[in-house]
Amino acid sequence: MLEINNLHVKLEEGEKVILKGMNLTVETGKVHAIMGPNGSGKSTMSYVLAGRPGYTVTAGSAKLQGQELLDMEPEARASAGLFLAFQYPVEIPGVGNMTFLRTALNAQRKARGDDELSAGEFLKLVRDKAKSLKIDAEMLKRPVNVGFSGGEKKRNEILQMAMLEPKMCILDETDSGLDVDAMRLVSEGVNALRSEGRSFLVITHYQRLLDHIQPDVVHIMADGRILHTGGPDLALEVEKNGYAEILAAHGLTEAK
Amino acid sequence: MAAKEEMVAARLAGLTAGPGLSGPRAAARARLAAMGLPGRRDEYWRWTDPAALNAVTPAPATAAAEDEAPLFDALDRLKIVFVDGVFDAAASDDLALSGVEIARIADKIPGWAEALYGTLEAAGQDPVKRPFAALNTAQATDGVLIRVTAAAAKPINLIYVHKSELSDPILHHLVQLEPGAELTLLETGPAGARFNKVMEVDLAAGARFHHIRAQGPDSERRAVTHVFARVAEKALFKSFTVTVNGALTRNEAVIDIIGNDAVAHVAGAALGDGATGAFLHDDTVFVTHAGLRCESRQVFKKVLKHGAIGTFQGKILVKPGAQKTDGYQISQSLLLDDDSQFLAKPELEIYADDVKCSHGSTTGAIDETALFYLRSRGVPEEEAKGLLVLSFLADAIDEIEDAGLKEEIVARLETWLSRHRD
Repeated sequence: MLEINNLHVKLEEGEKVILKGMNLTVETGKVHAIMGPNGSGKSTMSYVLAGRPGYTVTAGSAKLQGQELLDMEPEARASAGLFLAFQYPVEIPGVGNMTFLRTALNAQRKARGDDELSAGEFLKLVRDKAKSLKIDAEMLKRPVNVGFSGGEKKRNEILQMAMLEPKMCILDETDSGLDVDAMRLVSEGVNALRSEGRSFLVITHYQRLLDHIQPDVVHIMADGRILHTGGPDLALEVEKNGYAEILAAHGLTEAK
Repeated sequence: MAAKEEMVAARLAGLTAGPGLSGPRAAARARLAAMGLPGRRDEYWRWTDPAALNAVTPAPATAAAEDEAPLFDALDRLKIVFVDGVFDAAASDDLALSGVEIARIADKIPGWAEALYGTLEAAGQDPVKRPFAALNTAQATDGVLIRVTAAAAKPINLIYVHKSELSDPILHHLVQLEPGAELTLLETGPAGARFNKVMEVDLAAGARFHHIRAQGPDSERRAVTHVFARVAEKALFKSFTVTVNGALTRNEAVIDIIGNDAVAHVAGAALGDGATGAFLHDDTVFVTHAGLRCESRQVFKKVLKHGAIGTFQGKILVKPGAQKTDGYQISQSLLLDDDSQFLAKPELEIYADDVKCSHGSTTGAIDETALFYLRSRGVPEEEAKGLLVLSFLADAIDEIEDAGLKEEIVARLETWLSRHRD
């Protein structure tokens, strides 16, 4: 599904290099988790894949189902099936959540050559999806993320995911700022979307999210690349012992 | 001094005033002669060159193609149509509406209108001079005289059609709401090549007045408009203006809150794209609080691109004794490129010690994070920018209380945005 090869990325302004030869393959239908210390480049990787401005790719490639993502505009990547759930979902006052969802969904359908959904079709779809995610109809009427609690914002991200039906979902620290109950709700939403044709890349600092969203593969990222890859047990190991051992094995220290 | 008087005389020479109202017209002519026409050196005209308004004849302005359905077309409303400032009886509805008396200056002037005509304009000349308002009072050829005695059965829509390239209409409307009366007044259309309009609004105790105006879309037109409002106890005055295009638009609002517990809101959203013609939009607002516990809000937003210019001059004056005043003023611009310009002069002048007054002014660009967020969901860049423009305008648009009217205004803005993508 997703194939990242030797990806090197620096900040557009200045010389700071963030990704230093990142390699990662996520197979179709699998859930991969990426853990790693602060500053390891996890969020940058997710932004670069989604096409956020401000970064320069100096080498490497990132392919979604064989299509080179790095040559595409952010909106084209979305239409191709990539979805990034933001760590900090953006508030957009004055734009209703429904308008936002409908604009996004129809833009993607149009880009893929499908017919746009009528107002009625859309309304039915969004109500069904919201209900299955236990999202209040009232939340749909409010402006995008404005006045939403941390949990509501993350649930809204999952609702967008459910509506847009992407093939490759990246969750950037979706657990940050969530209490235990909110995390359970969000995780249930994600789990409901797991399917044979859909892959997930879950970026997190903590094992506890992975208790809810159980990964097939766990990667440890530091210093701009994947250092170590293992099964679900790797997350438990990190939770217990920290990153020091893994970092040391690669000649890195935690302070870095 | 002589030059000033000569300029005024020359400016008036080509104009033919409408019938009647000889007293107030003469008084207005005298006011104008005393103050003269404005120049760039006048404090209130530093950012807006009045030359095109001072010129004896208007610069030609092409009427825009009518390629959109008329605004508020589906709404049950009473239409009063002016074509280049001339009343169009055939296109207008009967001037009969339950709860309302409607007349026209060019037809028959009722006693109440004789008494009101020019008085709010004259009062609004102090402390800031407004020469084009005095000129209007002196020379207006026509105007609608609306006296509301109860809740008006439906909105009244003044529709201004622009056809002639050289039209120079001068209209002067009066709106008087009796105690507890209610009216929604809509104004739509470009009116002429150069439009001078004054509206005097007199709200008695407990009256409720909603004003929604759409200016545009002609690119070459020029307009100078004034709203003078007197707001009595517990009355509500709400005015919203949306402006698209226009070589020059100067909208002045002069609002006198004279009673206690009254509310006055004035808001505007202006969108200009220098690529389709020069754009200068100027909002000049003066709100005076004389009553106790009154609330005023000024919310003005401008979206500017390709060399468009927006200006805002807004003042809140709180008179001695106007305690518990709640005054708010915000003027903001969204610059869609580096070529455009926004100038703002917010002013507060407060002579009471127990008041809450705030003002703010900001200029900014599209929020890159929000733009990326929308694009990451598949919304193409230009469409995403359009959504963010509407987001920016939301506070101003929210000043329209009626959901249906708001929806129509938003749809109009969406059309404009889709036609002005880069």
